[in-house]
Formats: sequence, structure tokens, C-alpha cells
Amino acid sequence: MAVIHITLQVNGQPRQASVEASTLLVNFLREDLGLTGTHTGCDTSQCGACTVLVDGAATKSCNVLTAQVSGSAVTTIEGLTTGDDPLHPMQQAFGHHHGLQCGYCTPGMVMRGIAMAAEGVPAEPEAVRCALVGNLCRCTGYYGIVDAVCEGLQRMRADANDRKAA
Amino acid sequence: MNRFEYRRPVNLAEAISWLREDPDAKLLAGGQSLLAAMKLRFATPSLLIDLQGLPELTALEERAGSLWIGAMCSHARVAASPLVQRLVPMLARLANGIGDQQVRNRGTMGGSISNADPAACWPAGLMALNATVHTDRRDIPVDDFFVGLFTTALEPDEVVCGMLFPAVQHAYYLKFEQPASRFALTGVAVARTASGVRVAITGLGSGICRWEAAEKALSQRFEPQVIEEDLKPDEGLASGDIHASAGYRMHLAAVLTRRAVQQILDHSLTAITP
Repeated sequence: MAVIHITLQVNGQPRQASVEASTLLVNFLREDLGLTGTHTGCDTSQCGACTVLVDGAATKSCNVLTAQVSGSAVTTIEGLTTGDDPLHPMQQAFGHHHGLQCGYCTPGMVMRGIAMAAEGVPAEPEAVRCALVGNLCRCTGYYGIVDAVCEGLQRMRADANDRKAA
Repeated sequence: MNRFEYRRPVNLAEAISWLREDPDAKLLAGGQSLLAAMKLRFATPSLLIDLQGLPELTALEERAGSLWIGAMCSHARVAASPLVQRLVPMLARLANGIGDQQVRNRGTMGGSISNADPAACWPAGLMALNATVHTDRRDIPVDDFFVGLFTTALEPDEVVCGMLFPAVQHAYYLKFEQPASRFALTGVAVARTASGVRVAITGLGSGICRWEAAEKALSQRFEPQVIEEDLKPDEGLASGDIHASAGYRMHLAAVLTRRAVQQILDHSLTAITP
């Protein structure tokens, strides 16, 4: 059977689907679920435009089969905020610092930045540059992106501390 | 990609039985090299056997003073493990330099060594540390495991379960990265133990190898200068390609060996352990 049945969570919603075994996660998200915020860039696992979270870990969805994440929880850029809620602090920081030009790499950059919070990456330019090595911006907008990720990390950690205190 | 079947076995025995039934079946670990190869049709398996979650392959633990890393441990897990940092710190650093975080989150050590890419980092670590590869049926000393370009001593139906590393403090891995792939253009692992020095080089073109002349020289005098004064790099060990000539690769190997030796000397606060 080259078609397999999968169950997973996408942005908090349980999903079931039948997919070709060869379906890449990025294609399942974009074409089957219509979640086109996750972009295919290089399709060779280099550029990071397709970065999503799988069970919280940053993952290049062009280099993972949908079948491999059956049973997992996937978060895409669409899952960061709902309806009229304010944008995620990392998204807001990208706005403040103009951390994008054409915007193609941005969803991957934002998801990568969010994953850094759990990895303990310090909110410092040098550390963030190292941690961003798997995400390419062809508009060469790295200064704004690095500043944005630093601020995003600070705000995520401050929010987490506020929640702990509350 | 070609059409293929995908299955998850419930245990190792089932995975092996599927391998035996279908000669075109392939094991899937993290898929970070295999899926890329399949997109290019370099690999066209009829069946992918996904090893994720098999308890036989996921342990990361101390075993009688040595370090056991299960085949399905991701690079990220090895890099972040306090146990690895305590027993064999070189491996944590090596794992943390592979690809990028997204790749490290999914790629596995067992997948990397079974693939035996001639520019991969893990083979250098295994070779310098004199690790043992444990499979479903035997234990293979690392010197016998890597046979050549993308070739290992594994039988077609044999599965790597994990690797056992002696606890070694005085070891260091350095690579000069190929900037696009982040594989090693050339990488060197040096390990210094009571039984001598081992120097492993990756990225020279024909697969992982030991630099025996350097091992001999460094076993007698463990100083970076040895590599230039007593020993000239032998270009015959390397081959050239579009990215670098054989001479440049051996030059890098010599530079990286010297730097690795210096790093070991700088951080040698504890006695050499056997």
C-alpha cells in the first residue's frame, strides 16, 4: 500500500488523512490542508522557508514525510494566533524591526525563532546568528531578522515569567 | 520521488523480517540524507521501514563507564545531553556542528554512520574514539565498520542498534565546513588516551580514514608542531573535486590536526584516562 492513513494534530486540531507515502509534510500542509503560510523554498533542506514545529522542535517540512509525523503535533505559522487575537510576540518583533523584505523566508524565520526559546538560545545577536544558520534570506535582510529574533525571544521569556508569577 | 510503501515495525525483529522479504526495502532513520537522495532518484526503495520509536534503538546511557548512544538518537539529543558532555565531550560538540538545528532535530547517528557519507562528521568521531558498532547480531570495531564510499560492513539485512564509546576526555573534533552543505570539506578528530593517539580524517574523498603517520608522531610527542616538523601531510591520502584540490584538503587536515592537538592540550586539566 503506497497510500497510508495518518492521524496527527495540526495547530491544535486533530486531523486524519490518507496520503501517498511519498507526500512531504510541506506538501500535505499546503495542498491538502490549504495552510500556505509554510513555504517551499529550495526543496533541498537548505533554506529553511518550510520550517515548522514538530512536537515543538524546528523541522524542515520539505525533508520529512507526512507519514513520519503521524502521531505528532505540528505547528505552522497559521497556528501562532487565531482570529482577531494579537500577533505572536515573535511576529510583532519582526514588524518592529522590519525583519523582512519580500517576506518569502519569514514564516520559516519566525518558526525557527520561536523554537529557539525552548532551546535556551540567548537573546543575543551572535547566538541568534549561529542558531539561524539553517534559514536563508535572499533579500539579505539579516540585520533586521536578527534584531527581531532577539526581541521576540526576550518578549517570549518575559511573557513566560509573567505567567509563572501570576 | 518514486512510489513506495511506508511501514513502522513494532520491533527490531519485524524490521529485519521485512528487509529479508524485500531486497529493495530501505531503513528510514531521520531521513535527512535518504529523502534528499530519493528526491534525486539516487535511491528508489520499494519500501521504507521507519525505525522511529523502536525502544531497542533509542537509549542514551552510561554502560559500565562507557557511553551508549542508540542508533535512533538524534544529533540534537546527543548535543544537548549532559551525560555525553560529561563522558565524551567531543561528541556533544561534534553533534552540535552537524548541519543546522532543524537537521539535527531529525537526523540520527545510526542513520549517518550507516549512510557513510565520505564527508560526514560522525565517522570521524567514531574512528578517533575507537568506538564499537553494535548491530542486531554482532559487535563491529569501527576500524572494520567503514569500508569505503557510502559503504559499510553491514549485511543487507543487518541493523545498527547503537554505538559504544569509551569515556575519553582528551579528544577534539574540528571541521572546515563546505559552506553550502555544512558537511566537512575536511574534518579531523584527534583522541589521546593511555593506549596512544588516534587521528581520523573525514572529507578527503574516499571515505573516513585514519592518518597513521600523524598518530605515530603524536604518540611520541603530543605537540602541534610535530605535524610540520616531523611530518609533512601526504597528498596521496586525498582526492580533489570541484570544491577543493587534494593538496588543499591535506593542507586543511594538517592545520586542523594541529589546532585539535592544541585544543586538547589547552583543556587537559585531568589526567589521561585509559
